[in-house]
Amino acid sequence: MKAARFDYLRPGDVGEALAALANAEGAKILAGGQSLGPMLNLRLARPALLVDISRLKALQQLEDAGRTWHIGAGVTHARLEDARGRLSGGEMLSEVAAAIAYRSVRNRGTIGGSLAHADPAADWPLALAALGASVNVRGPTPRKILVAHFIQGAFTTTLAADEIIESIDVPKLSRAGRYGFYKFCRKTGEFAEASAAAVLDPETGVASIFLGALRGIPQPLTSLAQQVAREGKIAASTEAVSQALAQSVSGLDAVEHSMATAVVTRALMQVLAP
Amino acid sequence: MTQGIGARIQRKEDARHLHGRGNFVSDMILPGQSEVAFLRSPIAHGRIRRIVKPSGAENQVFIRADLGDVAAIVAPATVPGYKLSEWHPLAHEKVRFVGEAIAMCVAPTRAEAEDLSEQIEVEFDELPVLVDTQAARMESTVRVHEQWNDNVFLTLNYESGFEAKAKGAPVVIRREIALARQAMVPMEGKAVLARWDDRTDQLLVYASTQVPHIIRIGLAQFLGIDQGQVRVISPDVGGGFGYKCILQPEELCVAWLALKFRQPFRYVEDRREHLVVGANSRQHQYRLTAHADERGRLLALDADITIDGGAYSAWPFTVALEPGQATGNLPGPYDFRGYRCRTHCVATNKPGFLPYRGVARTGVCFALELVIDAIARAVGREPWEVRHDNLVSAADMPYDNVARKHYDSGDYRKALILAREKIDLDAWRERQRRGERDGRLIGIGFASYCEQTAHGTSVFSGWGLPIIPGYDQATVRVTPDGGLEVRAGVHSHGQGMETTLAQIAHEVTGIELANIRVLLGDTGTTPYSTGTYASRSIVMAGGAVANACKALIPRFLAIGAHLMQAAVATMKYENGQIMGPRKSVSLRDVAEAWYLRPQELPPDVDLGGLEATVGFRPKRDTGAFSYASHAAVVAVDTEVGAVEILDYVIVEDCGTLVNPMVVEGQTLGGAAQGIGTALYEESPFDPNGQPLASTFADYLLPGPTEIPAIRIHHMQTPSPYTEFGIKGMGEGGAIAPPAVIFNAVNDALRSLGVELTETPLTPRRLLEAIDRAKSSTQPRVKNS
Ligand SMILES: Cc1cc2nc3c(=O)[nH]c(=O)nc-3n(C[C@H](O)[C@H](O)[C@H](O)COP(=O)(O)OP(=O)(O)OC[C@H]3O[C@@H](n4cnc5c(N)ncnc54)[C@H](O)[C@@H]3O)c2cc1C
Repeated sequence: MKAARFDYLRPGDVGEALAALANAEGAKILAGGQSLGPMLNLRLARPALLVDISRLKALQQLEDAGRTWHIGAGVTHARLEDARGRLSGGEMLSEVAAAIAYRSVRNRGTIGGSLAHADPAADWPLALAALGASVNVRGPTPRKILVAHFIQGAFTTTLAADEIIESIDVPKLSRAGRYGFYKFCRKTGEFAEASAAAVLDPETGVASIFLGALRGIPQPLTSLAQQVAREGKIAASTEAVSQALAQSVSGLDAVEHSMATAVVTRALMQVLAP
Repeated sequence: MTQGIGARIQRKEDARHLHGRGNFVSDMILPGQSEVAFLRSPIAHGRIRRIVKPSGAENQVFIRADLGDVAAIVAPATVPGYKLSEWHPLAHEKVRFVGEAIAMCVAPTRAEAEDLSEQIEVEFDELPVLVDTQAARMESTVRVHEQWNDNVFLTLNYESGFEAKAKGAPVVIRREIALARQAMVPMEGKAVLARWDDRTDQLLVYASTQVPHIIRIGLAQFLGIDQGQVRVISPDVGGGFGYKCILQPEELCVAWLALKFRQPFRYVEDRREHLVVGANSRQHQYRLTAHADERGRLLALDADITIDGGAYSAWPFTVALEPGQATGNLPGPYDFRGYRCRTHCVATNKPGFLPYRGVARTGVCFALELVIDAIARAVGREPWEVRHDNLVSAADMPYDNVARKHYDSGDYRKALILAREKIDLDAWRERQRRGERDGRLIGIGFASYCEQTAHGTSVFSGWGLPIIPGYDQATVRVTPDGGLEVRAGVHSHGQGMETTLAQIAHEVTGIELANIRVLLGDTGTTPYSTGTYASRSIVMAGGAVANACKALIPRFLAIGAHLMQAAVATMKYENGQIMGPRKSVSLRDVAEAWYLRPQELPPDVDLGGLEATVGFRPKRDTGAFSYASHAAVVAVDTEVGAVEILDYVIVEDCGTLVNPMVVEGQTLGGAAQGIGTALYEESPFDPNGQPLASTFADYLLPGPTEIPAIRIHHMQTPSPYTEFGIKGMGEGGAIAPPAVIFNAVNDALRSLGVELTETPLTPRRLLEAIDRAKSSTQPRVKNS
């Protein structure tokens, strides 16, 4: 399959990109093209104009902003993977990045593109929700919104047609903070069959567990997270996790429940590992 | 370093491929070339009421009616009861599967051709869809082909000594076993480029095919033109696997365009088309009943096999090939004397079945090997032991089996014993008893098979196919500087035959490998062969190359003797030198005499010169049987349903090895495909016949990290019937992996009372089986 006809624009800055989005009917942003490319070729997406933001310098920052890591929407998975050891308080980012697809996809795919695309099985929406990250959106009125609120369902976000994700702010973990990320997929480079992310930080009081690869948005397991924060290992047993899932996540069949229990338990084991 | 038979040398073809300098149909651009896209049926079964071409583009869009005299592809066979299908190059009156070509669009680029295809309007009267194989077999009113009285292409019945042998057997094992439908997924899909050549008054067709000479016959026949007006060139081909051993309707369509418009046209299948239209293999269902004694010795086997043949029978091998191969090969490498088998090949609203690497044997091996393990569990013995006791013993070779196959040579039991040693069964059993720290369950599995290869006239003529392989020929020609050109009508699409055929030529002529060029796959320049399929090429073309080279040696001697003014009888030929009693001359001297200084030739010189075309057929052409035992260790994660292969050993015997590295490459590639069958690959259809895996996001292939470091051990038992004792081996690797992996997984899950019998082994299937076993009141597996 070859893409249907479209026009192509490479704007010089974010303002020009926004203007193009505002003025052209059926314009769409192109970042790494790793999700949009296949959709174009399958003719599932038929934009009139592609606004290629992949070379915009302004979207490439990867900055230590004190309490957060400030990450441009155009930062690739590969760059975050390669920053391993240099993202103090943001170590989880490198780990999550490295588990996405394979290197050739990571070389092009961007963190902003992943959030905008909002594939329910994708890794960034899950990990960033668990980390309490927020999205900086540029458009007619700039806004900042938690990732957990930004994503509204499978392939659905609050992003309007004339808006761009500019950057993402990821709160750092303290030295005492711990994270876990467990992705089960059938083969290397696949999207998750089941995935879970957990973050516990006694200093900042963050306690979050999210279950991913569902039909819609990543599901928070808030009370389980609080219980594990209070009681530790006992609250993270397979039985406890299985029960918590039965109570707070609906619509899982027996197989999905078994996989979900395993990935949450394993993510928690990483958090609680000495 | 030796370069002849047995030499472990790198392939001649690697350099161009590693540097991206191969020449595939997709690389070819001819002046004025147009690209072709097909409009394919969005529904699985329906009557075409109306097709409306986009206005203004009527002369760029073609439907069946435009093709006029082009004949429908009908593939006859004389097997009793076999029903014919009419496969029109573009749909005629009805569509019978999702993806069937309805119209052909032509434009300067593929994207524009696809734009056109989107604008065609087609109205259908939808018909009830036959998706489930058993339901289609029983269906009383809906017909895939109206003129038939049911939906069964063919039913085969075979019986030999069953009742007598089965009677009173103390152990009776029943199993239902199934394999999913699959695509073959060569790296390069279908591809064809055709143009008219006024100079030679010929249609020139570049096709990504395994069988250029067959395609030539087919194109001429169905287009209704002379054979001499067609030349088929198969350039570099990115894998065939059986997908490209038939005449493709797209080849017929594109050839027609070139014939009609005298311009170049090209069609290249894309991946989505492949996964939809190429979902055409492996789907078998088995109901087996094995009768055995208390030690697990197999006495008799009763089989009911159903093959989902899809909508059409392909030319020339027909859909009858698969049921024939299944019936004949199910008894496998085992020594038993009671066999009864009914095989049904059913028509459904899916792409027509094609023979995929291993042809039916991946299925029959899977079915029988699972049953052997079930017998072993029932009699409380190690599966490898029961397998061993049932294998044909070396002392009984050659062995005529219960399905009238003639096993020519080999030591099947030794291969299994070696596999057991190499995998170190005892150490794994010990570790299995100890248990894993991470809670995963360890299992060890074995599987054995033997594989008919290079079977010829006597086998194929029995089926009455339109094309029967006979004598393969090769042409060899010494060049004026003493090098050698080798031409054969088979084709190489990853098998390394430019190297291995050269090694055979070197073995006979002593000419340096670097100076031997092998030319394949062009009907204009190579002698006739039915082509590359059925693991036949190295035996058949290799034998022909050897014969042709041998025919030249006396001519070298005669010319050499004359150059040295000595008697021919005193001459010897060694390593490119003609050795007389006192002097010697080189082959180059001989070549120079023939081509450049004919005044030095003897007056009675052989007028064939330094070129010969000679044919070959094995002394007995019922097949040279390769065989192997595979052993694997798996770790099963029963919480998420993951299977990891921890170790994998193959002990194989393909007779005399021409190039061990090529054999290993073929074996590894085949095993990777077998692992795909076992764990990943599946083309499911919904109840409306819609394919559910049309991209690689849904159709999973194993990648490098899913293939373990497979350890291969060779045995070499030469075939008594072939040149040099070579046996074919191109398919074997793909046969045993599903069986060995399932046996290993079932070994791991034994304590849970779980036994899996359906490919692929997805996490969901695994977890569901565990769930069923947990909730079932019976703690043991049924029937054992
Ligand atoms: C083989 C393969 C395997 C993969 N496996 C995984 C995996 O395991 N896990 C995983 O998480 N992902 C996986 N992916 C998806 C990959 O991570 C993509 O890179 C990502 O989903 C999209 O990022 P992109 O930069 O390529 O965006 P694009 O494809 O360019 O765009 C995707 C969508 O986002 C929009 N968009 C992009 N950037 C912005 C922006 N700054 N503001 C607003 N809208 C924007 C586009 O308009 C488009 O709608 C895989 C992809 C492939 C091809």
